[in-house]
Amino acid sequence: MSFLSIRNLSAALKGRPEDRILRNVSLNVAAGEVRGLVGESGAGKSMIGKAILGTLPLSVEITGGQIILDGTDLLTLPPAQRRTRIGQICALIPQDPLTALNPSRRIGPQITNRLVDILHWSRADAEKRARDLLAEVHIPDPDRVMRSYPHELSGGMRQRILIASAFAAEPKLIVADEPTTALDVTVQKQILKLIAEMQARHGTAILFVTHDLGVVSKVCQSLSVLYAGKVLEDTTVRDFFAAPGHAYSRALLAATPKYTDPDGSLTPVPDAVIAATRAEVADADRMTHV
Amino acid sequence: MQLLRTFLLRLATTAVTLFGVAVIVFFVIRVVPGNPIAMMLPPGATEADVAQLTALYGLDKSIPQQFLIWGAGVLQGDFGASITSRQPVLDLVLGRLPATLELSVMALVIAVALGGFMALTGTRLRGSKTEAAIDVGNGVALSVPDFLWGLVLILLFGVLVPVFHISGRVTPSLELPFSTNFYLFESVLRLRFDLWADIVGHMFMPALALAIPLAAIIGQLLKQSLKETMNLDYVTLARTKGYGENHVILSEALPNAILPTLTLVGVQFTFLIGGTVIIERLFSYEGLGNMAIDAVINRDLPLIQGIVILFAVIFTAVNLAVDLCYAALNPRLRHA
Ligand SMILES: Nc1ncnc2c1ncn2[C@@H]1O[C@H](COP(=O)(O)OP(=O)(O)O)[C@@H](O)[C@H]1O
Ligand SMILES: [Mg+2]
Repeated sequence: MSFLSIRNLSAALKGRPEDRILRNVSLNVAAGEVRGLVGESGAGKSMIGKAILGTLPLSVEITGGQIILDGTDLLTLPPAQRRTRIGQICALIPQDPLTALNPSRRIGPQITNRLVDILHWSRADAEKRARDLLAEVHIPDPDRVMRSYPHELSGGMRQRILIASAFAAEPKLIVADEPTTALDVTVQKQILKLIAEMQARHGTAILFVTHDLGVVSKVCQSLSVLYAGKVLEDTTVRDFFAAPGHAYSRALLAATPKYTDPDGSLTPVPDAVIAATRAEVADADRMTHV
Repeated sequence: MQLLRTFLLRLATTAVTLFGVAVIVFFVIRVVPGNPIAMMLPPGATEADVAQLTALYGLDKSIPQQFLIWGAGVLQGDFGASITSRQPVLDLVLGRLPATLELSVMALVIAVALGGFMALTGTRLRGSKTEAAIDVGNGVALSVPDFLWGLVLILLFGVLVPVFHISGRVTPSLELPFSTNFYLFESVLRLRFDLWADIVGHMFMPALALAIPLAAIIGQLLKQSLKETMNLDYVTLARTKGYGENHVILSEALPNAILPTLTLVGVQFTFLIGGTVIIERLFSYEGLGNMAIDAVINRDLPLIQGIVILFAVIFTAVNLAVDLCYAALNPRLRHA
């Protein structure tokens, strides 16, 4: 039984069901598994993460399906209960560390607030936990950092803090939405390594959103390929890199620079493949409507 | 060091501003037609009487000369004497200042409370009919100036359903035990809540009239700012931690959304203080503004000068207070 099981999830613009954003998405993440969610920009990767965490924009509504987390369909829970449940067992590692910390609040409370307010820890325990985690993500002088404001810290430092904060409550599932995209290339590798290291130590399941197959090959065990809100392929990383099952996946893989040859020329996804994939999505839409 | 330089610069600009205001007022009120001496004398006064009085008030000298004499006095804290009442301008003006300050501050409190409530409600219920209604309400409140709100309020709560006093600062028959002119403040200190109720009953309508347009501005601006802040990543992150909408709005978004609103509220508050001139007249409220209008009607030149300078000082002080608040609320400036 998977820890997270998304079944036939569909979403569309509010009041305009024909403008589909997610198309019968099904996806499983087992306990302790790291699943990559790949696709080009605008494919709906972030929307899946937001649907799980309950942070979809007001202009988007879920039109069908289930999000079963630890045996309970989140979409059937009353909002307040759902929120608390998410806060207790899930966490988010956001994309942009520069905007994901509240500028008017010190770092310490931004890590401990969930522990104190939602999980009802004592303040002293929460602060000790925050300090330990900051040390765990290799931040020197955690006490000073906890008293700092976000603008006093570098982007890489802030992403480390956000990672520490995500792991603070020992969540069972973390949604990492392009956690390295906004960082310098040199910092990207360190942060990726840090996430892998923390994941291994805590055994947390991660839904790893990225457009970079190179990242997937490094940290994930399985992956789902998304195009226009539809899952084209759901497979293990080993099988995928050995032999992608979908023409679009093959083209995507060909478009990724090899790590052995990072400067090698990129072959963009051919138009013919895009057109065929579009037609496939449209076909599937028609099928669900009859 | 940086702070000291900023402070000195600030002081210098303030001095220049006040000097400029003094010069302009001094010359303008002497150039416009109307003669204070003619107003003072009974009909049938002789040329000699006029000349004698004119010389007494120094009005026979050239305007620059008069300015120098007046300026020298001001630097020693002497603003001259009122022509109509013959009392020192400084005493008259400072005597009225508390009434106007209390009225302005009460209006500001009402405006912040009303506007803040609108902004928070509109943000909480964004996208709903209530938010649309708040927008319409704000639009109406903004398009009607304060003195018209004053008339509307007089008609509604002074005439139609007379719940508030429409004139004066306090019921004249009441025995006042106050030793300062801060009636509202002192009535609380002395625990005289009977007097407090009477004073508030007089102040509430003029304060509300002044507050309505400012409340609308605060409501609109803060709501806009809040809605933008609500889409930021740190607010989303707080949601995923399990926090509900109310907490997210009040503790994550509000402290950051207030900053851009604050500066504008400062500017608008000075407009509000300017608005007291007409509103005090409308409600016969014995403050500076009402005194200013009397002074202009009587061409009481020294009094006009004193009042204008005092208003200019108040405006500068408000701007300074806003800057200090901004620095105190913004951690970037606080730790710079
Ligand atoms: N706030 C929004 N309101 C309505 N539609 C949106 C919003 N944000 C994104 N979308 C649409 O949803 C689709 C998926 O977006 P997203 O999940 O952010 O893509 P990505 O795979 O790059 O993360 C896009 O086609 C985009 O047009
Ligand atoms: Mg995205």
